[in-house]
Amino acid sequence: MIPASFDYVAPTSVAEALTALAEAGDDAKVLAGGQSLLPILRMRLNAPEKVVDLGRIEELRGVREDGDHLVIGAMTTYADALASAAVSEHAAVLHAALKEVADPQIRHRGTVGGALVHADPAGDVGAPALALGTEFVITGSGGERTVAASDFFQDLFETAVAEGELLTAIRIPKHTGWGGHYEKFVRVAHQWSIVAVAATVRVDGGTIAEAAIGLTNMGSTPLRATAVEAALVGASASDEAIREACAAAAEGTDPPSDLNGSADYRRALAPVLTRRAVLAAAGG
Amino acid sequence: MTRITVTVDGTSYSDEVEPRMLLVHYLREVVGKTGTVIGCDTSNCGACTVHLDGRSVKSCNVLAVQADGHEVTTIEGLSQNGELHPMQQAFHECHALQCGYCTPGMIMQAIDVLNDNPDPSEEEIRVGLEGNLCRCTGYHNIVRAVQQVAGQGETSGARS
Repeated sequence: MIPASFDYVAPTSVAEALTALAEAGDDAKVLAGGQSLLPILRMRLNAPEKVVDLGRIEELRGVREDGDHLVIGAMTTYADALASAAVSEHAAVLHAALKEVADPQIRHRGTVGGALVHADPAGDVGAPALALGTEFVITGSGGERTVAASDFFQDLFETAVAEGELLTAIRIPKHTGWGGHYEKFVRVAHQWSIVAVAATVRVDGGTIAEAAIGLTNMGSTPLRATAVEAALVGASASDEAIREACAAAAEGTDPPSDLNGSADYRRALAPVLTRRAVLAAAGG
Repeated sequence: MTRITVTVDGTSYSDEVEPRMLLVHYLREVVGKTGTVIGCDTSNCGACTVHLDGRSVKSCNVLAVQADGHEVTTIEGLSQNGELHPMQQAFHECHALQCGYCTPGMIMQAIDVLNDNPDPSEEEIRVGLEGNLCRCTGYHNIVRAVQQVAGQGETSGARS
């Protein structure tokens, strides 16, 4: 399978990339790591006239600390984010989710920003990003704007990044001292999540002081399990209390039905996986 | 057409390619490295795994133009002075193949696994190879071969 012909440009700065996108109009596709885009182009589900490759823009790569935030450049690969001590220390749930993305070869090429903008509801980075209250830095010809996680994911494969704009970085409020776990349910190796749960909690003296839960593939976008979060705060970090709090994990969700499972099956999975994720995040 | 310069198995190549050309097609059809095979063509099976700047990638899921200025190592670049790479030797000795189609990618990924973690557990080897499918399901001997190399303390490819 070979993609349809396209023009190719590989700018070396964000400014050049924005110019290339503006020139191409709506017939351009942005190439990040390409691990989702290239299969789409090969199967000819999309045939852009121009591909703008961000792979040569060094300023978009790397993880750095900025006060009480972690800043991850949009073109940072999964593997590089996974290797970052700052990510495992200050965003444990993201670190846990990155380990579960696809396979090592894909993690060497695929990027955190590319996955977030692609916004596949079964992707593994959206739910932890949502749970961590990530801010999305979007750059366009008019400059930079920041979008809250709750506003970033808009629908199936749709985000707040508009035509002619680029996601350049994400800013994650440091969750230092929080436990984190990503419980992914799949039938075979290196596949998309049927359902997965990103849980991050802060335990204080045996009690859950703060909790954030993101759900993967329980709707057209990553979702917060707000009822579970509310029930967890103040609960004891025990198996029984956590089980009870997680019973409401499917509340307010709208999971898909497909060959991997019906919507009802996913609704049944969500509380089970949430309990496992929270228990692990709480160190149980 | 776009001009690219890529180092493949230690030799520099400069060619005009269509931007849509996949790296695996460039390696096989332009450079002639047919040791790298196409398995599933959907980025699932890992048969086309090569090293790009020392890290494993599925070469059906990379454009040749993305490799411009970079270094590729294929299965054909592993042996040195007529001597098989230790991982190739171990696959031979452990009979880590049945039909052999997955072998080039399996060996390239096995080397990456040990570069990342020179002393992996059996579980870590199996997880490290999860992106490589053997449809003969001969995984047991493949894992044994990787364990044999890890036991020898041979941890890295000659150029990878």
